[in-house]
Amino acid sequence: MTSTVDRRRTRYRVLAASLLAPALLLAACSSGSGDPAAGPATSATSTPDTATATPGGTLRFALGASPSGVDPQQVGSNVSIYIARQLADSLTDQDPATGEIVPWLATSWDVSDDLTTFTFHLRDDVTFSDGTPLTATTVKANLDALAGPLGASAPLAASYLGGYTETRVDDEHTVTVVFGAPNAQFLQATSTVSLAILSDATATADPAARLQGEVVGSGPFVLESYTQDQGAVITRRDGYAWASEVSQNQGEAYLDQIDFTVVPESGVRAGGLASDQFDAVGDVLPQDVAQVEGAGGSVLTRTNPGVTFVLQPNVTVAPLDDPDVRQALNVAIDRQQLVDTVLSDAFKPATSVLASTTPGYTDLSDDLAFDAAKAEQLLDGAGWTKGTDGIREKDGAKLSVDVVYAPLFTGSQAVLELAQQQLRAVGVDLVLRQLTPADQQAVLTSGDYDTYYYNVTRADADILRTQFSSAGRNVNKRAADDVLDPLLDSQLATADPAARADLVAQAQQEIVGEALAIPLFELAQSIGVAGDVHGVAFDASSRLLFHDAWIEQP
Amino acid sequence: MSAYVLRRVAAAVVVLLAAFTVTFAVLYLLPSDPASIMLDAGTGGGGVDPAQAEALRERLGLDQSPAEQYVAALGRTATGDLGTSISSGAPVATLIAQALPETAKLAGFALLLAVAGGAGLASLATWTRSPRLRGLLLALPPLGVAVPTFWVGLVLLQLLSFRLPVFPAVGNQGFASLVLPAVTLAVPLSATIAQVLAQGMRAAWGAAYVETALAKGATRTRVQLRHVTRNAALPSLTLLGVLVGNLLAGAVVVETVFSRQGFGRLVQAAVTTQDIPVVLGLVLVAALVFVVVNLLVDLAYPLLDPRTAVTSYARSL
Repeated sequence: MTSTVDRRRTRYRVLAASLLAPALLLAACSSGSGDPAAGPATSATSTPDTATATPGGTLRFALGASPSGVDPQQVGSNVSIYIARQLADSLTDQDPATGEIVPWLATSWDVSDDLTTFTFHLRDDVTFSDGTPLTATTVKANLDALAGPLGASAPLAASYLGGYTETRVDDEHTVTVVFGAPNAQFLQATSTVSLAILSDATATADPAARLQGEVVGSGPFVLESYTQDQGAVITRRDGYAWASEVSQNQGEAYLDQIDFTVVPESGVRAGGLASDQFDAVGDVLPQDVAQVEGAGGSVLTRTNPGVTFVLQPNVTVAPLDDPDVRQALNVAIDRQQLVDTVLSDAFKPATSVLASTTPGYTDLSDDLAFDAAKAEQLLDGAGWTKGTDGIREKDGAKLSVDVVYAPLFTGSQAVLELAQQQLRAVGVDLVLRQLTPADQQAVLTSGDYDTYYYNVTRADADILRTQFSSAGRNVNKRAADDVLDPLLDSQLATADPAARADLVAQAQQEIVGEALAIPLFELAQSIGVAGDVHGVAFDASSRLLFHDAWIEQP
Repeated sequence: MSAYVLRRVAAAVVVLLAAFTVTFAVLYLLPSDPASIMLDAGTGGGGVDPAQAEALRERLGLDQSPAEQYVAALGRTATGDLGTSISSGAPVATLIAQALPETAKLAGFALLLAVAGGAGLASLATWTRSPRLRGLLLALPPLGVAVPTFWVGLVLLQLLSFRLPVFPAVGNQGFASLVLPAVTLAVPLSATIAQVLAQGMRAAWGAAYVETALAKGATRTRVQLRHVTRNAALPSLTLLGVLVGNLLAGAVVVETVFSRQGFGRLVQAAVTTQDIPVVLGLVLVAALVFVVVNLLVDLAYPLLDPRTAVTSYARSL
């Protein structure tokens, strides 16, 4: 009960903070006129929103974990992308509010009806920070490298380029990407950091050197230095004038510099923000929210799109080879309680296998509603009867299910322990097997698990094919079928957005209906910012953008 | 004496080789492999394509048999080349050269504080004639050993960085950033030193030579400094050699809490990503430090206690 109120209060607080900022600016700007809530700015000087942003200053940001490098195309973790995303632009951008793909380095594009040929018309005024211009050959060099040897260490980009045939240079500013098979997800993929366009020199540079900082992009910031496990310094790119329309600020970044420091302890990040040693911090844990807000700061949150945190069952081994048992687990979990008890207001209970911020998400909360009686009924029906210790048995075997997980997300252990209690209430023994990421990978290959716990961030529903197709990662270890696999394959070949959304909705219903996943909760990013910091924004993949960010200058 | 040093150097080489081999074997016995870990991190946890993993293994030379890789790594190391990090591609020597001075500063300062604190506490506790003060002082070392290092670090941060902005909470910039981490690292160390030293000093106070010195009119302070400390210091000196290992281990926790660059952070990161060349390099350096420190400790014994200088004594006969 109280949790609902709390959540609402937080939402209002964030809303109030975001409304207050432009209002204060308006008051400060004598010539200010117009509506601050009007759409995105088109020019840095003509709107009151941005006219009063004060340029200058250094933003000190505390990262919650060590980046794996600074090459936009090779990195995959959130903290790495926080840095790398600022250095490079992509062909397109994705509006986080609507999921729509909008122009960025490409002003427009044509897609063939069979979704195999994508022609991009590039801006002619873009230069990289080494002074070289963006041309069609640059795009070709980037994509050829990613489809070739670089792909081995750029797995996300390589997965987006599945079926890549070639890139044709039509003229200096027109480029055509050709695939051997329909590829509906490619347009969204061009908006991601993994397919950001880097300079010709970078495209052919050594992958390891690129990770360590040999990266030249066209983004609003330029890498000044990067020290592994320590952090990075990026500085404003002078003359930047090709932001996407999603960006409020169409000119150069306001900040002179951003200092990223790796601070692994969450309490130190929050304390550092409260004592003005940082201006913004990543990964604010529930217990640190009060300290951040108490010091006049606020916590910005956004749900990660993609596959929610799930227990994905191995359907080849008992007891989870029985769909009724899997289904019983799905309704025995009280997702609202997971979020209310061990997570924070920033997180939402899963209402599908996709997170609610994913384009194509379908609300299946009715199928996932907590119903212990139904769970008991399903398990009784499947022949599992309660033993003396409360755990169900059948033919002398206990109803015991293990879950392998790596503690990558700090809240995972607590979530799984509570899920363990919830399942025990209906007579299922959930055994937690915490593994290092390394061991987890080995277990996944061997298939020695009942359920596998993870999430993946992607702002396109094609992530379902990657994770659930029998020809994909196939955590379920299931055989090819004639229902789900065709749905997952045909969405990739469907151009019409409504028709594709329909296929994706059916796929979600099939996955939840067959309990090929037991969704738990939606991951959210939680960023603490000091009271004098404005404009820190999330992109469609819920990663940070600093182009609009500014600090109140005295 | 030179034969003694030569023998010690030969023993050191054996220790280093053993450390290298055991580390290599352990890293190989772990399931999974660096290429899969790297790719999994590259997809943000989204999974690994086996064909991609194979391609990456080939590029990193991980597709050879363990024996081939061991021989290659050993040969490379013997010529002074520690190789390059698998996860980042940076030369291992560079990574260690960046990290080691920072940890040396931290460990050196912590050791200084620990010796001063431990010796001071032990001396005061045995010198004083007030049983109440002695009891209080002798209760401190068990407490110092018992409290977890990270907790001490977080409390110090809360008090002296967040509440009172005296010291910076993170980083390696300047002496100010060294104080809190060094104090944190020194707490369990000084407690151990104090405990051992106090025991030795209590025994020394009961010895006949102390009675003689007091009978000859020496003050308690003079007896404490001239006779008791010197005689009680020997076990602590031995302990010091072992404690250097604790310092390196403690650096993992302290450098994480205080977000400092250094040996400990590098160890933690390299082990997590199963970065074999980096872990091997770090183990070699740690083993080397350990060997050298213990050699220095052994060589320092005769300075404190001429009776232990067996070799030189025999030669002078």
